[in-house]
Amino acid sequence: MVEEEKLKGWKDVPIGGKILEAGNSRKYKTGDWRTFRPVHKPELCTNCMICWMVCPDSCIKVGKVDDPNKGKKGVSNNPKLGNFGGFDLDFCKGCGICAEECPFKAIEMREEKEFKEE
Amino acid sequence: MVNIRELALDGERLVSGHRLCPGCGLSIIARAVMRGTKDPIIVSNATGCLEVSTTIYPFTAWDVPWIHNAFENAAATISGAESAYNVLKKKGKITKNIKFLAFGGDGGTYDIGLQSLSGALERGHTFVYVCVDNEGYMNTGIQRSSSTPMGAWTNTSAVGKAHQGKEQYKKDLTAVVAGHHIPYVAQASPHNYMDLVRKAEKAFNTKGPAFINVLSPCVPGWKYPAQLTIKMAKLAVDTCFWPLYEIENGVWTLNYNPGPNKKPITEWLKTQGRFRHLMKPENAHIVEAIQKNIDERWEELKKWCGKN
Amino acid sequence: MAQKTKRAMTGAECSAEAMRQVNPDVVAAYPITPQTDIMHAFAQFVADGTVDTDLITVESEHSAMSACVGAGAAGARTMTATSANGLALMWEIIYVASGLRIPMVMNVVNRALSGPINIHCDHSDSMGCRDSGWIQLYSENGEEAYENTLMAVKISEHPDVLLPVMVCQDGFITSHCVETAETIDDETIKNFIGTYNPHYPLLDVDKPVTYGALDLFDYYFEHKRQQLLAIENSKPVIKKVFEEFGKISGKNYDFFESYMLEDAERVIFCSNSSAGSARVVVDELRAKGEKVGLLKMRVFRPWLNEMVVEKLKNAKAVAVLDRSASFGAIGGPLFMEVRSSFHESAHKPSIINYIYGLGGRELDLDQIRKVFSELEDVKNGNTGELLKYLGVRE
Repeated sequence: MVEEEKLKGWKDVPIGGKILEAGNSRKYKTGDWRTFRPVHKPELCTNCMICWMVCPDSCIKVGKVDDPNKGKKGVSNNPKLGNFGGFDLDFCKGCGICAEECPFKAIEMREEKEFKEE
Repeated sequence: MVNIRELALDGERLVSGHRLCPGCGLSIIARAVMRGTKDPIIVSNATGCLEVSTTIYPFTAWDVPWIHNAFENAAATISGAESAYNVLKKKGKITKNIKFLAFGGDGGTYDIGLQSLSGALERGHTFVYVCVDNEGYMNTGIQRSSSTPMGAWTNTSAVGKAHQGKEQYKKDLTAVVAGHHIPYVAQASPHNYMDLVRKAEKAFNTKGPAFINVLSPCVPGWKYPAQLTIKMAKLAVDTCFWPLYEIENGVWTLNYNPGPNKKPITEWLKTQGRFRHLMKPENAHIVEAIQKNIDERWEELKKWCGKN
Repeated sequence: MAQKTKRAMTGAECSAEAMRQVNPDVVAAYPITPQTDIMHAFAQFVADGTVDTDLITVESEHSAMSACVGAGAAGARTMTATSANGLALMWEIIYVASGLRIPMVMNVVNRALSGPINIHCDHSDSMGCRDSGWIQLYSENGEEAYENTLMAVKISEHPDVLLPVMVCQDGFITSHCVETAETIDDETIKNFIGTYNPHYPLLDVDKPVTYGALDLFDYYFEHKRQQLLAIENSKPVIKKVFEEFGKISGKNYDFFESYMLEDAERVIFCSNSSAGSARVVVDELRAKGEKVGLLKMRVFRPWLNEMVVEKLKNAKAVAVLDRSASFGAIGGPLFMEVRSSFHESAHKPSIINYIYGLGGRELDLDQIRKVFSELEDVKNGNTGELLKYLGVRE
């Protein structure tokens, strides 16, 4: 789903179809494609980051020392530098590769409807 | 060579919000390849899934300068950009070291873009060409390409009473490229991520053309559950359908040899809907032919790599 | 003060000389007759180190235009040249170049399109891509090809325009024919051309830009509307560049150039080398006191219909000479433009069309005399067939 943006007139867009704002696809959320949601099991996670490596949608957050999301919902409470830092559910399409490839079974795919009432 | 945790600390050059199918191999590969250098990269992208799904106007998932020109000319386009760079650098208008990268699918590389690629390789531009090979024209709705394997169903190699899918073997593009005697050629798979990043790193550090052919499993085209993308790639390597090897300045090296654990091709075929018809008893001869072809090619490759 | 030199040069050498003076960053080209002589001459400049250009000797014209788009998008001043089938092979990318708003200059040495294959002059190649969004300049002779090529760079790169430009000259007739041509010194041209400031180049890696995104129903039309404005904007730009270069060369340039038009009742409208032949016949008939004249087209795209009407305001009968056919249409491409230009005009001369010179068929002076003679009937109200043919055997 796209963040609300009014379509612009021809005088108001850059010429030649050039897109001048690099990486602005972040405004286009693909999280609503999901029917299964990845759930992290911190007790099994070794922070090997294989999930990060195989995610087609760059949805595995990586702990930064000064992570502003620290402590927020969906973010590991203690994402140390380079550690697993949660799923970016704005974009995760629920393919389940992370759960399939996790050598420690630290990610589980659960039906999205389970989370609806939350 | 760094490890996965270190790689994960760098920012993404292909960001979220693209519209590739869930479980697509293309973005896994593109992300990995671009971790092969810390220098700025300019990307030329042939028409195809990776191109259309990442740049639906007014959105772009690329955090690098990027150009899509047409289907068959990613290599010619990047050669123009690389020439511009060389001249402007000589004139002192550019001071940075910039790397040049082209992505093309199998349609844009094995087929319609082969001439453009061959020309750019022969001219010796310093660029990396990565073929993301999903074995068919998936963006246009799953048609056969010269990369589609023998026996595979596609919309233009249909299965019926008279025909059982594609009747030709897959083109050996990596060997075709090797015939250009460029400094670096490799075959890679997203399941062996660090091998892929290492190959990308070598490619980016090559003076002259470098080529990497990467198998990219396709959920709707191959017909398997989305979570199995990496498994599909691994099975292709374990069956020696898609061997991992590299050719550096003419020296062939096998990067992975399953040895006695080489799996039969049925292990790979039976997991994909596009080969389902091959599992019927009356089509056993096709599977046999596929196996024989893989075995012959594998033995040949081992000879080239000096591992008889 | 500009230093001018007169030399015997072929049209191809004239184009190559202009390219040498432009000293483009990148040239990508592929051999095709009769364009090859331009590239031969230019490759020698590269070999001698008299230009800084990276000459990409591609494996096809498709890749030539593709590499030019890559180089242009990267931020390089870019040029190429081609003919006929080469231009046809570029076709797909011709539209990409204009659509992505990439300035570049391409010399087109006009040659008949296959099939059957033919290597000689007609305008089917450049007329075929009249709707591709490129600016098109036409050259009567080598000297004009030289001037047009230089002016094209300036027009193409103008911030209000940012469109590619084609400079056309007749294959063999102009490209391989030696004539006296006047060129201008390097320093003057360098100052005239100026430096190039590319619009959001790829090589500006600190500001990553995406070129060629998938542009669907939401915005494709808006981008085409901008492109329509750009070619409209090119009209005053072309006029200004003509004036500026005119000050250097001491000549006058215009979208349509008149010869003996003031009181002319019968007029030939044509382009490229045929204008030279028509001028000879105009002189001849004028010497006999006949009121004949010539209107030569220099700029085909953008088309200045008001100027056509203005310049032909005294004409009674006009023959438009087309060196290409538009199969199944009312007439050749120039005819359709000229004729429709008069739709809103109170004054409407009788306008007829001649298709001539296809595949290099010679346009001799007798054919032109015949046209003027037939225009006498047209002037008197006997228009006859709208579309006639010159020089084809019955």
